[in-house]
Amino acid sequence: MLEAGHPLCDAEAVTDTQTALSAEIAARHAEYEAAVAGGAPRATGPLLDFAPYRSSILRHPTKNPKLVDPETIELVSPAFGQRDVGELEADLTIQHSGEPLGQRIVVSGRVLDDLGHPVRGQLVEIWQANAGGRYIHQRDQHPAPLDPNFTGAGRCLTDDDGAYRFTTIKPGAYPWRNHANAWRPAHIHFSLFGNAFTQRIVTQMYFPGDPLFALDPIYQSIPEQSARDRLVSSYDHELTSPEWALGYRWDIILTGPQATWFEPEGGEA
Amino acid sequence: MSARLAPTPGQTVGPFFGYGMPYPGGPELVTPHSPGAIALFGRVLDGDGAPVPDAQLEIWQTDPRGSAPRATGSLRRDGLHFTGFGRAATDAEGAYRFWTLTPGARPGAAPFIAAIVFARGLQDKLHTRIYLPDDTTALVADPLLSSLAPTERATLVAERTAEGWLRHDIRLQGEGETVFLAYR
Repeated sequence: MLEAGHPLCDAEAVTDTQTALSAEIAARHAEYEAAVAGGAPRATGPLLDFAPYRSSILRHPTKNPKLVDPETIELVSPAFGQRDVGELEADLTIQHSGEPLGQRIVVSGRVLDDLGHPVRGQLVEIWQANAGGRYIHQRDQHPAPLDPNFTGAGRCLTDDDGAYRFTTIKPGAYPWRNHANAWRPAHIHFSLFGNAFTQRIVTQMYFPGDPLFALDPIYQSIPEQSARDRLVSSYDHELTSPEWALGYRWDIILTGPQATWFEPEGGEA
Repeated sequence: MSARLAPTPGQTVGPFFGYGMPYPGGPELVTPHSPGAIALFGRVLDGDGAPVPDAQLEIWQTDPRGSAPRATGSLRRDGLHFTGFGRAATDAEGAYRFWTLTPGARPGAAPFIAAIVFARGLQDKLHTRIYLPDDTTALVADPLLSSLAPTERATLVAERTAEGWLRHDIRLQGEGETVFLAYR
């Protein structure tokens, strides 16, 4: 038992059990399916109004977004270049004097638009917990150890194929106070820019086969299994380096308006 | 062309983006108080009207002539080129603040600053616009603003302060809820 005053003992949050929370998730998914059956479009992303994720209750808009024709500025994206990102920033294991603890991994993939065109020269940012599931952030009071050799933030630019590549440590699962005994599946936060500002996303990449998927109200805020699956990386032995690091592959598809502005590119319709 | 690929869903930035996303100089597209510099500031509020201390705003805008900036260097500003992009986390009072230049627009069009809101508890990004309040004729003619009720329209137009700065609050939910955008 945790004593009163322990950072993980939050009287407000620990009243709901996982069983109760999981039932809430199932009920919200059923409500979504009923809406789809009634003619509502299928979701491609998360439901903003998803009460099982408690912090969302007062932070989701109640009105549908207003559909608008993008202006030129919204059809282009900020430009990032070598000035913005140092070459070493893509390797999260070399930012300190020593080696971080945990399983070294390579995470790589391509950033594409929804027609399959590579998103070239764009910024990819990541942040994550350490191998023990602890974030370096001051607000993280999870009593797992900090790793003096791991900060957990990295950046890179995509290449001409839209490819990105990070070397890092496999993050641990992370306990939080959404409900009693709540644990987030291991994940890496990704921030991506597309060819248009409308394509911008921030999301989370997960690891295959995580037993916490079914229990997690953030992952489950996406009501469609096929969409949830798109956040899960695959183990890729081709990316694995002998005696060095395991490889995970994860491609990212950014969508925007139909009117997406492309840089001229011979012959492509 | 083949069918469109299914998009990667967004997910919340969570509580710990503070060491992954903000960067020195992020909110300062130009040097504060330099010639032509204006402050754009305000608060992000939740459905109870309480400040959201763990939100982040990004802005992206034209330069004063109305062109989309193509200069790199938003993450490491060189002090010479206007990149048009900035990022600011909210503080303990839910407040954000940028220093930037006044965006331009096509003749007759209403200038605005494109903005995206992220926050802990917010499952996905939210797009919005921050219009400049000055050219009332252009505001009336704007295709988006003219399609909105007056109370909704007011959520997209910044207020000009006595100092010449722009004040603009973002309300995620409830009374005065900001109009958020989806693109055709």
